[in-house]
Amino acid sequence: MNREGRGATAPMEAASTAPITFTGNKALDLEEGLLFEIGRTDVTGVDLDEPEAFSPRLGGLQRTAPLGLPGLSEPEAMRHYVRLSRMNYGIDSGLFPLGSCTMKHNPRLNERMARLSGFADLHPLQPVSTAQGALSVISELCRYLMVLTGMQAVAFTPKAGAHGELCGMMAIKAALAARGEKRHIVLVPESAHGTNPATAALLGYEVKSIPARPDGTVDPESVKAALSTDVAALMLTNPNTCGLFERDVVAIAEAVHAVGAYFYADGANFNAILGKVRIGDLGVDAMHINLHKTFSTPHGGGGPGAGPVVLSEALAPFAPVPAVVADGSGLRFIEEAGAEGAEQALGRMCAFHGQMGMFVRALSWMLSHGADGMRQASEDAVLSANYVRACLMDVMSAPFAERPAMHEALFDDAWLDGTGLSTLDIAKALIDEGYHPMTVYFPLVVHGAMLIEPTESESKASLDLFIAALRDLAMAAKAGDKDRFLGAPYYAPRRRLDETRAARMPVLRWTKPVALPRAAE
Amino acid sequence: MRYLPLTPDDRVEMLARIGTASVDDLFADIPKDKRLTALPDLPLRKGELDVERTLARLAARNVPAGSVPFFVGAGAYRHHVPASVDHLIQRSEFLTSYTPYQPEIAQGTLQYLFEFQTQVAELTGMEVANASMYDGSTAAAEGVLMAHRLTKRDKAVLAGNLHPHYRETIATVCAHANQPLVVLPPAPGGDDDVLSSIDETVSCVVVQTPDVFGHLVDLKPIAEKAHAAGALLVAVFTEAVSLGLIEPPGAQGADIVVGEGQSIGNALNFGGPYVGLFATRQKFVRQMPGRLAGETLDAEGRRGFVLTLSTREQHIRREKATSNICTNSGLCALAFTIHLSLLGEAGLTRLARINHAAACDLADRLAALDGVSMLNESFFNEFTIRVKGDAAEVIERLAEKGILGGVPYSRLAPKAGLDDLILVAATETTTADDRAAYAAALKEVLA
Repeated sequence: MNREGRGATAPMEAASTAPITFTGNKALDLEEGLLFEIGRTDVTGVDLDEPEAFSPRLGGLQRTAPLGLPGLSEPEAMRHYVRLSRMNYGIDSGLFPLGSCTMKHNPRLNERMARLSGFADLHPLQPVSTAQGALSVISELCRYLMVLTGMQAVAFTPKAGAHGELCGMMAIKAALAARGEKRHIVLVPESAHGTNPATAALLGYEVKSIPARPDGTVDPESVKAALSTDVAALMLTNPNTCGLFERDVVAIAEAVHAVGAYFYADGANFNAILGKVRIGDLGVDAMHINLHKTFSTPHGGGGPGAGPVVLSEALAPFAPVPAVVADGSGLRFIEEAGAEGAEQALGRMCAFHGQMGMFVRALSWMLSHGADGMRQASEDAVLSANYVRACLMDVMSAPFAERPAMHEALFDDAWLDGTGLSTLDIAKALIDEGYHPMTVYFPLVVHGAMLIEPTESESKASLDLFIAALRDLAMAAKAGDKDRFLGAPYYAPRRRLDETRAARMPVLRWTKPVALPRAAE
Repeated sequence: MRYLPLTPDDRVEMLARIGTASVDDLFADIPKDKRLTALPDLPLRKGELDVERTLARLAARNVPAGSVPFFVGAGAYRHHVPASVDHLIQRSEFLTSYTPYQPEIAQGTLQYLFEFQTQVAELTGMEVANASMYDGSTAAAEGVLMAHRLTKRDKAVLAGNLHPHYRETIATVCAHANQPLVVLPPAPGGDDDVLSSIDETVSCVVVQTPDVFGHLVDLKPIAEKAHAAGALLVAVFTEAVSLGLIEPPGAQGADIVVGEGQSIGNALNFGGPYVGLFATRQKFVRQMPGRLAGETLDAEGRRGFVLTLSTREQHIRREKATSNICTNSGLCALAFTIHLSLLGEAGLTRLARINHAAACDLADRLAALDGVSMLNESFFNEFTIRVKGDAAEVIERLAEKGILGGVPYSRLAPKAGLDDLILVAATETTTADDRAAYAAALKEVLA
């Protein structure tokens, strides 16, 4: 309309240089203080009525001093957390090619299903007669995992991948103990995730490293050379962290078994082989499955995850409690180690029955995809990774490219020689281009590694835009456009952060600022 | 398939660019005789409506806590969570983000973790807290391992009234790490004697308050004796709301405080996901497990946050790490911190009082019944009754009457020989009518 008032603004009338704002805000890009700076201890966003008079029975242990916890009204809380959320990058924001982390689409149906009151509002210790549907979810999830892996049992309670590793390695230790054996060494390839050696060490094992051969995979001969009757297990990630399938896996498994040791597989990269091969057919004895990777339960900024472990026949008797079993009246739990049906159980991994909320989400994902969709998802993930590698190989350097990649495309930093730039600089420049960086400096066996995992969730158009952005950056790097990289990111909510300062003078919590005495005027 | 954006044409084009004839060629490194061509034992894809029907049918076979008078606790508690909490944690940028490895585009996660750490430290009366563990039980196990590292001893003492699941979780780790453990017998009457087990060989004593039977434990004499013996006190709680009313473990001399954070911000979820809280003294921070968010400055001098002290962690230290933990409970920690900031100190204190009042009311109603004796002199929102007969049977019969009346202790520890005890919890979600209905039903069951 605009019958009166000012006329429409033409874009060219705007000033060409951006002023520094007084608030530090930049339009939609808003700064936000700490909860402790905006909240007050006498404010609450929850209306509760004071209870009627009663005499407390706290045994003289009631709190006497204030805690100092600030409160926010609901509008303040909404604004605080919405503003914080806007400083984050998620899968829904854009392509998130974080290698080894499988950042695939998180269907919202799964969120809705996990929030059904019959699942979310269910107590772990209410009578099992009132929770038969929940036990069915657990048993159905386990059935899917067994079919997909060809394994005999599932330890479903571990809370994340590393917890699953701990569970699997405990099962191995228990199996050895049942044989009357005590072994001291665990073999771990150089390219393994840090959780593998950390888990083995936690159980008192000496960790021995296995080098990779020049093509990036493990040579059965070097495994054989390291094997002895003092080796408890080999922990192997397959596909490995270089994104390659360990093609000699069967020979490796045979060698491990030949000395009476067990084969633990790290299932972090299961997405590449879902429905394509069953690890039980490859001689694996135990493998954890990150439901928060392959089966798309949301990462949520670092968890919760879920790390159920599939077990071979040899290890099945040692699964921790609880277990779900069927009897005449329906499903029930075996909840104590040593009880009938769990005579050799290794113990208990955690309170209650594992990550039920994640089981529902993962089962929802499996039902949605079905046998055909799961195989297609795996194929698309592998196809996309190979496509990204093929489109970037001429401008970046890809080690081990003579072999097909699985679901990840690995690059090193040889292509940056002479540019004065590092892998980190490329990652930070990618942020300015609107992408979450790839995994950097992992695996450790590749110099300046950049590990790109596009997953099956990207369209070809999206992959092409990402490839174009990386190609442009590669050209700019080689053309000596250093400032673009060394100062990056320029456009993120923060520029590069000083991690050395954070570690040297750790400030791990807010503390009330000390009021400085006023200077004499 | 609705989640897979590639079209058949895209796939053909991409294969051509790769220079391979078929997608099978990309799987060539898998031994040919091991490759699957189909998954005959699983059904084909389903639409949303179908999946929803299938799962809703399973959900309908459960009795949700909110549909009946509900008194079940023993380590997981039903509280009202404000609607805004669930809305906020489902913001895409929180829900679909990863561990904040690239801090410049993860300030949202890092700042709320920093705020969470501060809240947990204040709530527990400690100096520092980490960015969360899986749950209370695994946090307790990590607390024991940390105490071992700090004292260079390897024998822990577990109080008899520690939640049996926590006890077993710790015992499982210690057994597989070849560490001795002293486990005291349960003391339902509250006369749990940990003092006499503390000596110079002990790394730590693990004490829960309120304990599994609901008794509040005075930690101060235990802390004193432990410190005199060069040992540490690991204090455990399973009901975080209790800290609104009870003296924080930090103020009572605890060195490591671990607990379950589920009851603030998180649903029951049939046992998980939950959120482990872990706090300690500043001087012990370098032996702490788990992630830590810390404050720093960016290149323009603005305040920002990063993950820090990561030289303790597995991705840097590998076999020398303080823990193997990687993924933790970020989103549950977010729910915790949002709910706690909505409550604030004023709201938390009042919520705790309401819980205590509800439990006092219920305790009076149940203690008045024939065949029921009350075991607690002190409690917060949960206490233990001894009933005539088998507690598990009583609970089943109450369930048949539409009342979920608590947890038989025998469910947690079948071999303890304590088959007549019921742990009963009452939170703000119970009404006076619910409590009256429970008393009436229990009277009938015991008659």
